[in-house]
Amino acid sequence: MTMLSRPVYGVLTPQTGKNHLLIADADGASAITDFAKKAPPGFFASAEIMYLDGPDGAKNVQALKALSPARFYQGPSIAAALPRLRQLLAESHMGLRLYVAGTEGLIGQIVQIANEAGIEYTAVQTEHRGSLARRVQCVHCKGITENVTTQPCTCAHCGLLLLVRDHYSRRYAAFQGVCINAEDPTEIPPTEEIFR
Amino acid sequence: MGINFRQETFRDDYSFKNSPEQIRRFPFPFPEDKYMYSVNIEPHVPGLKDTVFEHLFDVDEHYISEMQDRALVLAEDPLRCQSLPHMELAGWDTLELLMTEKAKSYPDLFTLTRDGDKWHWINRPLGIDDHFTFGDSSTLPYGPLEYITRQSQGDFAVLDQRDNNLWMDAGIVTTQADWSLDFDIGMNFFEWHAPVPLAHQMGVFTRALKFLMAMQQGQPSRRHNWTMTINSRLDTSPENFHKWGTDRATVTPENVGQKVHLRVEVQMFFRLPRSNALLFPIRCYLLKMDELVTSPKWARRFHRVLRDLPNELAEYKGLVRYRPTVVEWLSKYDDGAPTSAGLGPD
Ligand code: HEM
Repeated sequence: MTMLSRPVYGVLTPQTGKNHLLIADADGASAITDFAKKAPPGFFASAEIMYLDGPDGAKNVQALKALSPARFYQGPSIAAALPRLRQLLAESHMGLRLYVAGTEGLIGQIVQIANEAGIEYTAVQTEHRGSLARRVQCVHCKGITENVTTQPCTCAHCGLLLLVRDHYSRRYAAFQGVCINAEDPTEIPPTEEIFR
Repeated sequence: MGINFRQETFRDDYSFKNSPEQIRRFPFPFPEDKYMYSVNIEPHVPGLKDTVFEHLFDVDEHYISEMQDRALVLAEDPLRCQSLPHMELAGWDTLELLMTEKAKSYPDLFTLTRDGDKWHWINRPLGIDDHFTFGDSSTLPYGPLEYITRQSQGDFAVLDQRDNNLWMDAGIVTTQADWSLDFDIGMNFFEWHAPVPLAHQMGVFTRALKFLMAMQQGQPSRRHNWTMTINSRLDTSPENFHKWGTDRATVTPENVGQKVHLRVEVQMFFRLPRSNALLFPIRCYLLKMDELVTSPKWARRFHRVLRDLPNELAEYKGLVRYRPTVVEWLSKYDDGAPTSAGLGPD
């Protein structure tokens, strides 16, 4: 049985409305080009695409530009795009339709930012593409480790060896990491690459 | 009546223990010789003399020491008490319920005087005497939820009810069986219960949620939950797991009696009047194995429960490392005789 705190992702589907914001990383760009095949004519004339480079740099940028959105933004990271995104969300009022495609980390963080702007997670269209790398919050020191691909992982902040649980917090946009050898610190389980 | 408050610790030298009277009133949670999850909800009706259910909110000999332990936890980690902005009113509801019930149940310990929204609260065991304006947080040293739950044993979760679900949008959690309020805050009923094995498939949570959503004010309910704790530590939090986890590896046949505790939670459900939120007090009671076996019935029954506990539950509750040692120790107190019906010690 899958963990019920984990988000469920769908397939991006065009919504009615006059104001669309599509956000993708390098892995999610292909979801937007697939989505474009289903979108009604003229859809992108009322849309902004925000493209955020992945860990391996930019990919598929030209295909997104070719959709001729009303505005196109390319930024190096979520952190860099945050001021622009916050303003867009704050000024959007009720009519904005939000779509996010890409890695779980990207989707989680955009849903988190949207929630702070008053947009419910259920109102965000999401599609997962690409890496299964996880954002992990250490339950002990509260620090977040990005792009975790191994089980267990080492907390980038306090250095504890963490079991990466499936329990997920939307508020932190992160999975929970709990010390894996707390009962016997001399036990060092083998590290496996599993979130790829 | 007069409660003899014990001066004791739940950390470092672990001087916690129960008086013989407190052992007799321990809320033993097993109606049968076996245990499995179920929708074990019953009305929370006060009046049962010499049990923890004599009053709606039980105050016992550990009160002062438990409140001191809570203060230590909060000083170290303020994230143990949180309230999303829309939960302020539910905080006042909680304060009202706890103050009025405490003053009614224990008039020699607590006094509440109300003159419109000018309230006067006296808590004698903790030496508190405060005047404040109901509804105005600036007249209290903490928010209303934190103020009153720093004076009330047990953890408290406050659930907002909307979109056909309950949302954990406020709480104070310092005596928990290994879950994090900070991580779970904002989650709905199914999300915060996600890590629990088997119960989802059994339909326990769907039925329980339906019941809770329909609850009415003035008709509280309760249920039991249980686990085990090594050393009398109240704060078995995931936050500090790397500090207390090693305790689980210290159980030997010689120290089971003093080191190993049955940890029972009396969980209650109250509908709150103004906010329509649900208040979920989680009251934790600890009992040493030496104390448990003073009741031959409890000893026999708990031996059987622990021995036959499904592995999924043992794993989830974190008992795996020491279960065999404790079962072996308890077996000396189980002659195979049948156990009587009911929860009492006989
Ligand atoms: C609405 C109030 C409730 C709250 C706030 C609450 C909260 C929790 C939390 C935080 C956990 C720990 C989950 C984890 O592992 O992280 C838990 C466990 C559990 N809850 Fe609840 N719960 C509530 C009501 C109920 C009800 C009504 C039932 C069933 C009738 C129930 C059944 C359980 C069970 C079976 C477990 C596993 C406990 C164990 O094996 O030790 N809960 N609950």
